[in-house]
Amino acid sequence: MESMSERSGGFSFDNVARNHVLEEKGMKMPKAAKTGTTIVGVVYKDGVVLGADTRATSETTVFEKYCEKIHYIAPNIYCCGAGTAADTEHTTAMIASKLELHRLDTGRQSRVTTCLTMLKRHLFQYQGHVSAALVLGGVDLHGPHLYTVYPHGSTDALPFVTMGSGSLAAMAVFESKYKDDMTLEEGKQIVYEAISAGIYNDMGSGGNVNLCVITKDKTEMLKGYAKENMRPWRKSTPYTFPKTEVLTSKIDKPRTDISVVVESEKMEVSAS
Amino acid sequence: MDVMEAGGMDWMQNEHMLGTSIMAVVYDGGVVLGADSRTTTGSYIANRVSDKISPITEKIFCCRSGSAADTQAISDYVRYYISMHSLEIGEEPKVATVGKMFRLICYRNKANLLAGIICAGYDKHDGGQVYNITLGGSILKQPFAISGSGSSYIYGFCDSNFKEGMGRDEAEQFVIRALALAMSRDGSSGGVIRTVTINESGVDRKYYSGKDIPGFYEGW
Repeated sequence: MESMSERSGGFSFDNVARNHVLEEKGMKMPKAAKTGTTIVGVVYKDGVVLGADTRATSETTVFEKYCEKIHYIAPNIYCCGAGTAADTEHTTAMIASKLELHRLDTGRQSRVTTCLTMLKRHLFQYQGHVSAALVLGGVDLHGPHLYTVYPHGSTDALPFVTMGSGSLAAMAVFESKYKDDMTLEEGKQIVYEAISAGIYNDMGSGGNVNLCVITKDKTEMLKGYAKENMRPWRKSTPYTFPKTEVLTSKIDKPRTDISVVVESEKMEVSAS
Repeated sequence: MDVMEAGGMDWMQNEHMLGTSIMAVVYDGGVVLGADSRTTTGSYIANRVSDKISPITEKIFCCRSGSAADTQAISDYVRYYISMHSLEIGEEPKVATVGKMFRLICYRNKANLLAGIICAGYDKHDGGQVYNITLGGSILKQPFAISGSGSSYIYGFCDSNFKEGMGRDEAEQFVIRALALAMSRDGSSGGVIRTVTINESGVDRKYYSGKDIPGFYEGW
């Protein structure tokens, strides 16, 4: 209690020095879960198709086989995230919240450039320490938009983009098969092929293919567009416990020698 | 992540660099700005068609080299401050003002920035001008400016081929030839050549790719 009373309040950063010493002595510090990822996006005739794999890893362990990497920003804007899972989740959620309030204020549909500027300012402010590598796609009054946002806060606008550890495999597909003004089916097909290239050729990527199609009037999430790696079989019958042998049985009947008498009083209803 | 460390996946971690060839030239009546289009993260080309020539006002542009994030942030700030400034003075700002604002930001934040910027444009007071803002935050008014990693290969070419008072076509050709030479020798530069020509009558953007890029000696 005496040591506690010495504290004047606020945070204690004692563990920072302690962890530094431990690390110098050779202790391995735990690492944050990163999404060794393949995420892509493409602009087609009527809008934007986003795609992502579903694997989340920490070191070489697959943490989550069917995670969702296409994050909601606004009804007309979605964002794929690669890098540190916690960072991508929180930055996209924070921007989504700010845009929702902005829409309530202005009564207008959110613009993709607004979202892009908010994201790049946030990431630049944190000088790359927020490791979120994003593919931002959406449709607004100016038409379809597709951007990549890097952890240090730089951005690119391109008709087809890839991100994450599987970006090279996915980019190879886009570079060889992309055409201007593709149909919806062609758009979904090329994104599926790009994500598959990541799933099969990159260690950090795996699982299934998730798609998101954004057009002027509607947004469609296609979870499990291609089920590349579902659990191949399931045991047909559930586990049954072996029957336990009954040795003796004895049933006690409830006692009948107790009677409960409820005495009731007449209610006073005089109204004089 | 282990996979990243083992595989040397520098394109995920490293900052985006504009390992670049950029330049700007004053000609008789205006300026020509030129840039290659390669953006790299380590050894991976993150964007092969990037636009490193960013508008600040209608008739003032800048060529960006160094960190993509830093130069985008700087030019966003300058565009904002200068738009406010031009509202206050009620006319188009001078190129010198924009150049000095770039210098101010680059100098005050020099510990945290990696940015080499060429600011060029046209104003009614002083005509076409080129300002080179260096990494350390000094400003140099030059008849022509070259910057970025590829520029070191073309100092000789530029010194021997630049002439004062060139015509528009001659100046554009000078920029294209210089950048083609820089891109062919510098591994961090490449892609297409983008140019912006600014004079009293307006702004003209062009790009040159593939066989439109002049070739030089390519024997062995």
